[in-house]
Amino acid sequence: MATAGGNRTSTRPLVEVKDLTVSFKSREATVQAVNGVSFEMAPGEVLCIIGESGSGKSVTLRALMRLLPKLRTVLSGSIRVGDYDIGALTERQLTAVRGSVVSMIFQEPMTALDPVYTVGDQIAETVVRHEGCSQKAAMERAFQLLQVVKVPSPERRLKAYPHELSGGLRQRAMIALALSCRPSLLLADEPTTALDATVQIQVLILLRKLQKELGMGVIFVTHDLGVAAQIADKVAVMYAGRIVEMGGVRDVLLRPNHPYTLGMLASTIRVDRSRDMEIEAIPGSPPDLRRLPPGCSFAPRCRYAESECTASVPTPTAIGAGHMACCFKAGSLTQVVPQAIIS
Amino acid sequence: MKADASVLRGRPKLDAVPPGDPRDRGGKIQPMLVVNGLRKYFPVRGGLFNRRTGSVRAVDDVSFVVLKGETLGIVGESGCGKSTLARLLMHLIPKDAGELIFDGEGVGEAHGLTLTELRRSMQLVFQDSYSSLNPRLPVEDSIAYGPRVHGMSRAQAKEVARELLEKVGLNPGLFGSRYPHELSGGQKQRVNVARALALSPRMLILDEAVSALDKSIGAQVLNQLRYLKRHFNLTYVFISHDLNVVQYLSDRVLVMYLGQVVEIGPVEAIYTRAKHPYTRALLSSRLSMNPDDRIDEAPLAGDPPNPSNPPSGCRFRTRCPCAEDVCAAKMPTIGTWVDRFSHLAACHMEDATSGHSRAGRAPAAAALDRAIAVPANL
Repeated sequence: MATAGGNRTSTRPLVEVKDLTVSFKSREATVQAVNGVSFEMAPGEVLCIIGESGSGKSVTLRALMRLLPKLRTVLSGSIRVGDYDIGALTERQLTAVRGSVVSMIFQEPMTALDPVYTVGDQIAETVVRHEGCSQKAAMERAFQLLQVVKVPSPERRLKAYPHELSGGLRQRAMIALALSCRPSLLLADEPTTALDATVQIQVLILLRKLQKELGMGVIFVTHDLGVAAQIADKVAVMYAGRIVEMGGVRDVLLRPNHPYTLGMLASTIRVDRSRDMEIEAIPGSPPDLRRLPPGCSFAPRCRYAESECTASVPTPTAIGAGHMACCFKAGSLTQVVPQAIIS
Repeated sequence: MKADASVLRGRPKLDAVPPGDPRDRGGKIQPMLVVNGLRKYFPVRGGLFNRRTGSVRAVDDVSFVVLKGETLGIVGESGCGKSTLARLLMHLIPKDAGELIFDGEGVGEAHGLTLTELRRSMQLVFQDSYSSLNPRLPVEDSIAYGPRVHGMSRAQAKEVARELLEKVGLNPGLFGSRYPHELSGGQKQRVNVARALALSPRMLILDEAVSALDKSIGAQVLNQLRYLKRHFNLTYVFISHDLNVVQYLSDRVLVMYLGQVVEIGPVEAIYTRAKHPYTRALLSSRLSMNPDDRIDEAPLAGDPPNPSNPPSGCRFRTRCPCAEDVCAAKMPTIGTWVDRFSHLAACHMEDATSGHSRAGRAPAAAALDRAIAVPANL
């Protein structure tokens, strides 16, 4: 497996997304799920997209594989993964790319795996489909993969159906399936959210280790800042379909610059907090994606908002190397963060 | 959403606490709820004639006490029986064995408390805010339903409902006549809390009440719950898998593993000097928000075992780094609970006479430090 693919590939980003917008049309309304998302990602990097429900993080992820309902979705902007322009691919080419170049793991392995085939059969099927090897060789590969993801007694688990496995083992089986054709980009949609705390940390450590060994790029979607702190190199914070802050994991989590990131960190309960104090919750609720407010979508809930915030959408402002925030006050908010928030 | 914000800012003062409670019977010292040897085994059926082939031991001989005015946090992983326990307390499912004593009165006994009376004094808030509301009733009718059933007039019940909506931070004029699908997750959960309060209960059981909400919304609801507790002089049983939330809200914490209580104690003691290896592992599985603080080795391997076929002896021994022969041979007991300062753990290392090589070394927690380190700066 190519860990360092030479200079040519390491200078060129693995993923380039420019001005991605996704909206879903129905008879009643148009939901603007993603509104102009642009980012780049180097090979072998881990990018975490953080956001609450409805922020467009999962839709962005699915757009990278064009896994969105064809008739209802209006997609614009450009997406490039490796050498492929995802928007221009035909269905046939897309099937070849899915699984071998880009693959995905989902939150709920029970619904993502096929209940009527054994785990071994499902992994082998993917290998045969993409690499054209024999069933026997594919099963051999499935066995190795289960060893790689540290499933105990893999020869027995190859013949197991998904319902016979525990939640943690099912998620490991799905990771094995996603890695079966050595993708250069792995998309992970809240893969540890449904797991218990003691199992979640096992899976996170495993993913981090596999990512390093295989040198693949990972885009990891989560709502949990703690998960991002554990695994990310780069973090993008999404709100109402836009990336509001992006940068290295230390920059974003230790020196946040967008009021929303600040609010998320403050509303997370920490150990040092006095129990007599209230949690600093962000007031209000996220905007209705059918009727987005003009200007900054966070302005109605933002304590720093002024008249300019509701007039126009703030553009990305660079704060440091590779760290940007979409806020008119970016750069001036840093000192407001109490240091105690992080530790 | 406007109402959310405005009420959060201009809400009544917290010191509006009623001094004495006329519903109180046994005085402050008498526990609100005593649970003794509660048990629930769910049958597993299969084979010829669909016979009972085994059972899932969801709640197995659980005993604890809830004191008046406190918040008891219950933590544990999925499948440990914490939700079954909540339903058993509310008598939503029949128990197999055990007794419940609510403020000195046995529940369901002769001369004791009837179920109707119990449900007037104790209410439950569920995790899923949508499926626990009737989709065909406007939310104020959902809230007024309980008082109506318990004999209040229609107009009076509606008045109560509108007052409660105000108390949970929703404008009754704006939200009262809406249907559940017209509300956001946080608003629906506020309605659920209002409905639970409609019979002015003395105790609320909150079963993962904020787990399904986004962080920023969950924080608003938690603040509201704290305010309501003081305002209505409530006692909470707060069930959650989120250790940080439990620490913030609870006075005492109970840790469950595979249907049993493994540790119980005051919140500071549990979070700083946990005795049971499982509690320590749970605590060290919490993720820090500092990217420089990464966990490199998982505190526990594997998943929790199947509760239909639990390990012999101590149920945690299959994942425990300190397990010895004695752990497989006999089941550790939790000891005797004395008062709210009691800190007990069901572990052979806590019992000097158990025969475990680390037993009785006070504190046993020190010996565990090498096995499972709890990061101090989480």
